[in-house]
This record gives sequence, structure tokens and C-alpha cells, in this order.
Amino acid sequence: MTPPSAELKSPGRIERGRSQERMDVRLENVTKRFGDTIAVDDLSLTIESGEFFSLLGSSGCGKTTTLSMIGGFQEPSSGAIYLSGTDVSHLPPYRRDVNTVFQSYALFPHLDVFENVAFGLRRKRVGNSEIEARVKDVLRLVDLTGYEKRKPALLSGGQQQRVALARALVNRPKLLLLDEPLGALDLKLRKQMQIELKRIQSEVGITFLYVTHDQEEAIVMSDRLAVMANGKIEQVGPPDQVYDSPATEFVAGFLGASNMMSGDIEGESGANVSVRLAGGQVLLVPSARLQGRGPRIRLGVRPEKILVLPSGESVGADWNSLEGTVELSVYTGIGHQYTIRDAEGRSFTVYVQNRDARPPGQGEVVRIAWRPDHTFVVKPTTTGTKGSTNNE
Amino acid sequence: MSEARPHRRLGRGAAPFLLGLPSWLYLAAFFVVPLVAMLSMSLATGNPLTGYVFSWHFAEFGHAIGRYQDQLVRSFWYGALSTFITLVITYPVAYWIAFYGGRHKASLLFLILLPFFVSFVIRTLAWQFILSDQGLVLGTLKSAGLLPRSFYVLSTSTAVIGGLVYNSVAYYVLPLYVALEKVDRRVVQAAGDLYASPASAFWRVVLPLSAPGIFAGFLLVFVTNVGDFVNAAVLGGPGTNMVGNVIQYNFFNSQDYPMAAALSSILMFLLIVAIYLYARVFGAETIQDYAA
Repeated sequence: MTPPSAELKSPGRIERGRSQERMDVRLENVTKRFGDTIAVDDLSLTIESGEFFSLLGSSGCGKTTTLSMIGGFQEPSSGAIYLSGTDVSHLPPYRRDVNTVFQSYALFPHLDVFENVAFGLRRKRVGNSEIEARVKDVLRLVDLTGYEKRKPALLSGGQQQRVALARALVNRPKLLLLDEPLGALDLKLRKQMQIELKRIQSEVGITFLYVTHDQEEAIVMSDRLAVMANGKIEQVGPPDQVYDSPATEFVAGFLGASNMMSGDIEGESGANVSVRLAGGQVLLVPSARLQGRGPRIRLGVRPEKILVLPSGESVGADWNSLEGTVELSVYTGIGHQYTIRDAEGRSFTVYVQNRDARPPGQGEVVRIAWRPDHTFVVKPTTTGTKGSTNNE
Repeated sequence: MSEARPHRRLGRGAAPFLLGLPSWLYLAAFFVVPLVAMLSMSLATGNPLTGYVFSWHFAEFGHAIGRYQDQLVRSFWYGALSTFITLVITYPVAYWIAFYGGRHKASLLFLILLPFFVSFVIRTLAWQFILSDQGLVLGTLKSAGLLPRSFYVLSTSTAVIGGLVYNSVAYYVLPLYVALEKVDRRVVQAAGDLYASPASAFWRVVLPLSAPGIFAGFLLVFVTNVGDFVNAAVLGGPGTNMVGNVIQYNFFNSQDYPMAAALSSILMFLLIVAIYLYARVFGAETIQDYAA
């Protein structure tokens, strides 16, 4: 393959001989301080080989700092980072078998597309004929064949994005870091690239670590995701699991919208426990969801899980239901979004598709109902509750 | 269509030209007229007493090259060497200020420019004083027995080139600083991500991206230094005369205006050729590419 050089013998390169091997990432108690601010706080995380893993959080949550420590652009203040079991915490980026797609793309403006993509291979002293072949292959993968001689300034945002991706992928890294790579694209192109990235990832089988603040993007693309806030991980898991059973109030509000309530556990009934709300209404919650919490708990339900029925209509005893008044009704095309307030002043956001003949109007008293399985229990947090209706 | 319309349109079409008029007039008065005057003087015949008459007399060019060949070659040699040395000295300085200057960038640049607030001629005279045979430096070293009595620096090519370099520093630091300041740090970071060592990232990314600054500084310094006569006059000797000195001599001393004009024309022509060659070799096309 390549002639041996001092660079290739460094610890980060030992695995090079088995370059088809995938990489797992392990962070152990990683903390990063900038002066008095703690950007990443005692974070531990394992990412499996071949996985599409997303770090999701709002700006300043520490997700990009985490990424740049894995890429080697920043050193952890304490803790260790392992790539394929090797401690790389203090290795510079050029000694790590990791490549990055930067948010700004950071293409080399003085080099054409071919040389941009070939940059990493040239630094590794790969032979010319192999460079030629690999660049050609990867440009075909990202659908940029024929653009070899173009300078980055003459490419559209989407094309630049794909050059940045090709430039990283051509090195066949075991781990690809993507820092909000679609952030600069318009909505339509972003949707297109989401699918494209997903396709490329399954084609090359490389571990992708994806950083984004866009919850929908993270849900659509990831095998697993981690929601971060204040330098800590709030919850890790597959998107459906995190969405359906958010572990904390922050996650419930950040990943989609939630209607939150407080109540006290009264007793068990079969697989469920009954929970009494402030106004005396009783709701059922699957016992498994409690995870030892109580007696006072925070529980919630997603807006699309709620049915809106005429007032007084009976629902089965195995349903959770409350009476309320429609405060606001917003037509959204595929459906209606209601804000419904109950007698205790708790406000519920409800999404309903327009299948019924007559949607309830503003001021109308209605019954809202949902299944106990759709009720989740969270660990209350004091951090931001963006997107959640907080009913104390 | 109303009659006012075409008028307005005409007025609009003429607006850019009218706005450019002051610049055109300025260029005509201070560039075209002197240039034509110089070129026509280089073709004139006569003598200082009776005056010079335009007469398509091309022979002056041949005489100029024949008589002052050495000075012409020396000017380009000194100019090129002093420009190169200035670049080598100022690049690390500009690089350091641009990349590591932090909030002191402005103060550091100001410190570099500070000596240049003093008149060019005074600064050069100061060097003459410092470097004189029995002066501050050489005199002290000689009386300490560290240098032979006969050692000298003044009137050597080293002194002239040294003076040229010294006087060019500010003109090279500034364009280099501006170019380096513009280099996107994230692109340098990307080079590191793509297995470039810091040295390799410098040669492959930072240096090519700072090429516009190298070229701008080259234009400023090389053109000025090739035509310079003050350094050679103050710090040099008979063996270090440059073309600027002989132009000055012909103009002021022997009042051979056609010869001075012919030498100036030759100098201008050779400089244009030199700049063209530079642009060809290092690719001015790419400089335009990322100057934007």
C-alpha cells in the first residue's frame, strides 16, 4: 500500500492495516472546560461500529465541542476518548483515522474539486493511479462526476456540501464526523441530502457521528441518537424509543412537543398504575414506565396521540380522558392544531388529521382521550422546556 | 411614448461615465500627459543650451542600453534580491501577527510601521551614520579588536541591498498581513483533518492562499526598489550605482533629458515585462480567483 513513514507508525495509525475494520467510539467521563464555563460535563458514551449516531441539542449544549474532541481539534480537560479501543485523547487530528465534514464545508478555495478530494490521499502518499481511481469512485458516489476541474467558488451550496463529503469519504475513515453538514442548505435540498446521506452511509458502512440541532433530521437519519443539554446527555436510544418514552422533561419538550402534567400515584390496576391529577381526575400509566419514580410524578402525552371527541361521549374504561374547552384552533392543511384547556387550567396541544366531518370550533367543550401506553413518565428537569406545555 | 423618457434614459446611461470623469481627468493629467512627455523627450535631439526638439531620434535608446547596461542589470538584481529577502523576513512576522496576534494585532502592526513615520531619506541617512567606517557599530568593534581596521560596509552592495530591504519592510508586511488575515482558519483545520501535518498544511494551504499578498507586496516593493536611487546614493559607492542614480545624474547634472527619458522608458518597459513574467509563472489567474 503506502510506503512506511513516521506518520503512519503513530498510535492512531496502527489499525491502518485492517482498514476495512469499522470503528467504535468510546467516551469516558469526558469534560471540557473553557475558563469557568463547562462545555461538556462528565460525558460517557459508546457508539457502535457502522452506526448512524446523532448528537442532538440546541446551540451551546456541547454537541459540537464533543465532536471536535473526537476529531482532535480540541483536547478534553479530563476523561478519555477511545477509537477502536485506542486512547486518542491527545492525538492531533492528522494522526486520527477520522474525517470530518465541516459545517462551513471548509473546502480549499485554491484547489479544484479533484484536488480537494485527493488532498487526504496525497498527504498519505497514496500512488497516483490509486488516487485517480478512488477520487473517481467517490465523485460518482456523491454524483459529481464531470465536476473535477471546477473550483469550489463555482459550485452551488449543495455541490460544495457533496465535495466536502467526498473529500472525507475518499479516505475510507472508520468514523466520519458530520458537524451540521446540511445547516447551510435550503429546506428542499436539505431533505434531499438527508436521504442521500443515509444512502451513502448504508453503501459505505462507515460509522457516522452526526451533530445537529434539527430534531426531525436526527429522527429521520439516525440509528440511535443522544439528546444533549448543558454539556450532559439527557437520553440515548433509537429515535422511536426516545420519542415515545422521553426520559426527561427536557427531552419531551425538545424532541417533538409534549403535554405535561403532575400527579400522585394512587394504586395498581393490572399492568397500569392509577395516577391522580390535581383536579381529582385519574389517569392510567403503564407500571413499567414509572421506573421506581413516585409517589409524585411528571407524566406526559404527545399531541398526535390524543383524540378529540364530543363532550360527554363515553370512552372505554381503559382510556385516559379529560374534559376541556377549545381555546384555539389552527388549520394546518393536513390537520388542525388545537389548544385545549381543562377545568384545572392545564393546557393541551393536540394534532388531529382532518378526517372528521366537522372539526370542533373555538369555545366548544370537548373530551380528549388517549391510550395509557401513550402516557410517559419523565424525570423532572429545571432546564429549558422548549416546546412542551408545562402544566404544574 | 413621452418625450422625456429617452432623455432620462440617456442621462442614466451617461451617469457612470460622468461619475468616472474626475478619475479620467486625473489619469489624463497626471499619467497620460507625463508619459507622453517622457516618451517624446526620449526621441528628442538637441543640447542643454539650445534646448531639445522632438525628432524621432531612436538612437538614444541604443546609447542608453550600451552605456548603462551594468546599472540596469544591477538594478534588477538588487531589486529582486532585496524583494526576496524582505519577503523572507516579513512573512513570518505577518504570519505570527495574523494567526497569533490576538487582540494585539493592531498595536503590533503599529509598532512595525512606527519607524516609517520618519522621512525615508532621514532613515537612510541614519543607517549611513550607524554603518560608517568609524561609526557606532564598526568603530566600536574595530577598537575592540574584533574587526580589522580596513573593514567597511558602506559603499558595498550589501549596504545598498540592506538599505532597500530595511525601507521595504512596511510595504511587504501590510499586504502579507491582510492576505494571511483573510485565510479561513477552518480551511487550515480541514487540512489537519485530512492528514496534513502542521508543516504540510502551511505549504499546501496557507502559503498558496496568501499568494495574493505575496504578489501585492512584490508589486509594491520590487517596482519601488528597482527604480530607487536614494539607498545607492547614501549607502552605496561608485560600484553600486543603480539605474535610478544614472537617470538622476543625466537629468539634474548633465541635463541630458533625452537620455534620462530613454532610461526611464526602458526601466518602465522592463518592469512591465518582469511583472508579466511573475504573473505567468505564479499564476495571476488564480490570484484573481480568490482575491474575491
